Amino acid sequence: MTNSIADIVRDARGFFVIGSNTTEQHPVIGMGIREAVKQRGAGLIVADPRRIPLTRLAAIHLQHRAGSDIALLNALMNVLIGEELYDKAFVAERTEGFAELQAAVARYTPEATADITGVAPELVRRAARLMAGLRPLALLYAMGITQHTTGHQNVLACANLQMLLGNLGVPGGGVNPLRGQNNVQGACDMGGLPNYYTGYQPVASDEARRKFEAAWGVTLGSAPGLTVVEMLNGAEEGRIRAMYILGENPMVSDPDVNHVRRSLEGLEFLVVQDVFLTETAELADVVLPGAALAEKSGTLTNTERRVQLASPAVSPPGQARQDWEIICDLAKRLQKEPPQGPFAGWDYRSPAQVMEEIAALTPIYGGVRHERLGGQGLQWPCPDLDHPGTPILHVGRFPRGLGRFVPVDWLPPAEQPDEEYPLVLTTGRVLYHYHTGSLTRRVPGLMELYPEGRVEIHPDDALKLGIVDGGVVRVSSRRGSVTARAEVTQRTQPGLVFMTFHFAESAANVLTIAALDPVAKIPEYKACAVRVEPVA
Amino acid sequence: MKTLSLTIDGVAVTAREGMSVLECALEAGIYIPHLCHHPDLKPVGVCRLCLVEIAGRGMTISCKTPVEEGMVVRTESPDIELARRVAVELLIVNHHADCLSCAKDGACKLQEIARHVGIEEERLQRLRRTTSTLPVDSSNPFFLRDPNRCVLCGICVRTCEEIVGASAIDYAFRGYATVISTLGNRPIVQSRCESCGECVARCPVGALVPRQERNPAREVRSICAYCGVGCGLYLGVRGNQVVRVRGAAESPVNRGRLCVKGRYGHAYIGHPERLTTPLIRRDGRFVEATWEEALDLVATRLAGYRGDQFAALTSARCTNEENYLLQKFTRAVMGTHNIDHCARL
Repeated sequence: MTNSIADIVRDARGFFVIGSNTTEQHPVIGMGIREAVKQRGAGLIVADPRRIPLTRLAAIHLQHRAGSDIALLNALMNVLIGEELYDKAFVAERTEGFAELQAAVARYTPEATADITGVAPELVRRAARLMAGLRPLALLYAMGITQHTTGHQNVLACANLQMLLGNLGVPGGGVNPLRGQNNVQGACDMGGLPNYYTGYQPVASDEARRKFEAAWGVTLGSAPGLTVVEMLNGAEEGRIRAMYILGENPMVSDPDVNHVRRSLEGLEFLVVQDVFLTETAELADVVLPGAALAEKSGTLTNTERRVQLASPAVSPPGQARQDWEIICDLAKRLQKEPPQGPFAGWDYRSPAQVMEEIAALTPIYGGVRHERLGGQGLQWPCPDLDHPGTPILHVGRFPRGLGRFVPVDWLPPAEQPDEEYPLVLTTGRVLYHYHTGSLTRRVPGLMELYPEGRVEIHPDDALKLGIVDGGVVRVSSRRGSVTARAEVTQRTQPGLVFMTFHFAESAANVLTIAALDPVAKIPEYKACAVRVEPVA
Repeated sequence: MKTLSLTIDGVAVTAREGMSVLECALEAGIYIPHLCHHPDLKPVGVCRLCLVEIAGRGMTISCKTPVEEGMVVRTESPDIELARRVAVELLIVNHHADCLSCAKDGACKLQEIARHVGIEEERLQRLRRTTSTLPVDSSNPFFLRDPNRCVLCGICVRTCEEIVGASAIDYAFRGYATVISTLGNRPIVQSRCESCGECVARCPVGALVPRQERNPAREVRSICAYCGVGCGLYLGVRGNQVVRVRGAAESPVNRGRLCVKGRYGHAYIGHPERLTTPLIRRDGRFVEATWEEALDLVATRLAGYRGDQFAALTSARCTNEENYLLQKFTRAVMGTHNIDHCARL
């Protein structure tokens, strides 16, 4: 998030929520949006292929088709420019590339894009006018924007829109991606990425490479490594022969699960470190029992870049150990002769000492220490010990100086519905479960409230296909097929079915396609072609 | 913000402009009985217990009266005493009096008020009618709704409206039959309720009580283990078991609020299926192993796969420190940049 939860809830006069089912996926931020709308009259515009709960409060719901985000966003910008509703002062003073943007969105009139988006042109115009009148406006998005083969272009289009409206660098504005897992932001910040060291220092940068070579006393390569999906492809092809998986469950979370199984089974050696024997751990050669968050001391970084401290409340069960100690023990066994470097060693007294090493090597975490985090935490960038943290990014200036408009064109999803697979499947989560369900499915009350995966289908489609509410259906794609109960509901739109991936026995990711955004390498979870049929 | 001076029961106090007389008194350590007031919610003035007398204008409720410069407030007088006593008696007379078996015993606002006002059994007998026996709504696995213990303060209704924004409940029926209900008076799980438990956390009496929760022996500040919002919370512990979770009011992220998973979704922590020992696959089956055996085996095998034939997935559920260490391990020990996690999934 460029902004903080507190300022958007308090100061935004409007919200544009696109590709985020906020009240179910980020419920406490969802509460904040509802509070702003109901208690102080903030305006809400929702763009989502489904009638998510927030649409009940929305002034306008743009129910666009799955995968048509850029067409919709460009059409909104077309109206803002055409009717001269954009922030001319902001565009003149803080941005460059406006002429290119103007030229690029010229042909995306609401009329011209209506066939792609399925949204009535007049509604797009009304939404654009409303956005222009509600300043500052906070744009919030989640995986509905990113999990497309055009994911990174979708993000650019969101940034273009907010720059055009002058909503960056101000309280109540911003481009605000809502991150999924409790420490997904931190895992990225810490260099858990094939192309970055900590704090987004590029692997390909000689300066960064030399810095880490000196710190760790080793020689490092300068070519980025493989992303998740590429690793699994590599495993299937025999290029990756051994894997270490810490607290992840690709057997449920990754696209095309049948392919994931073949890949992991093809490995010569697989280690899984986790708290439960997950679907992935079942394929391992060695399983190492780690600790749950309630048992840990350490920091997590939330979606608004806030580094927060967790303290251990209970101890891990049986022989289970702290994850950081397991990694250090293993490193010491593999590095019999420790290399020479100020941070080459693996003898840490505590996670607090690890954070000191992170701070020394990571400019945006330079001022982060456990003892500074208290009840409030610190928002990065926090370069030194006197720095109070940065609640809002891009105030007065973008890191590169001027904000550059990068115009993007709409491209259809990788897989289009056809005669054989006539419906579009989009995936997501529900309030009562979390990700692959390894935690929430072990909470009896949550299972009582939401016991099994369901397939949401529109009444129009259900009628045509002879599907009844609560009846069992088979959903098939080119990758595989699963069965689950149907929920006939107007939450979805004709032609679109929705499933969650919480339930391994009716795993949506058996069906999803491993088509990737070429830059971000994110799979297209939000659109693939499927067929749905009743099971007698 | 402007500071005002006033006196309450002859005590000179200062207040900030915009505060109510009740808030001012409570902040100054002067107790005024109140039931429907909650610091997180807008005042409504429905319980009529927070009566005070203000010089020059007589008796009024203090929760809806803004402080003014020079105000002279009295919290006790024969008139206040009588009006408040009747209001409390009418609340208590039909309330279930089985306090010892009530989950709120000892933390109940009604008990606190009754103690302050002083209840005379004889007067109660005169007013008593049949105790209501409405059905308890046990449809939600995480909390019970017992309308028989409800005092109709509306804190739950306002919490759901003002804080949660779900608006799942409201007053229903009229007069003596008034209850807090869902649309169509259906069980709470069939309503818009999101099971977040914010109303349960604020209920001043035993009308909304958690089902499995036990009072903790100690509390530890932590962060929610679920989504990227990163709500601050307190894990309540008994022995080595997490028995309760409550939101951290001082957290700028969630201001004390939690969702259903954060508040009630902690049973996995001490779950019997937790992995408790290293496992090594032998002849297709997992066999329990010691840490020495397991780590020696992993180190020996991984030594043969250094470089780009190795890949690691780090975890969006682990701490920053652990993520740092695993990428350091992958890069510095295993010699590859093949490290990623489920950021995209």
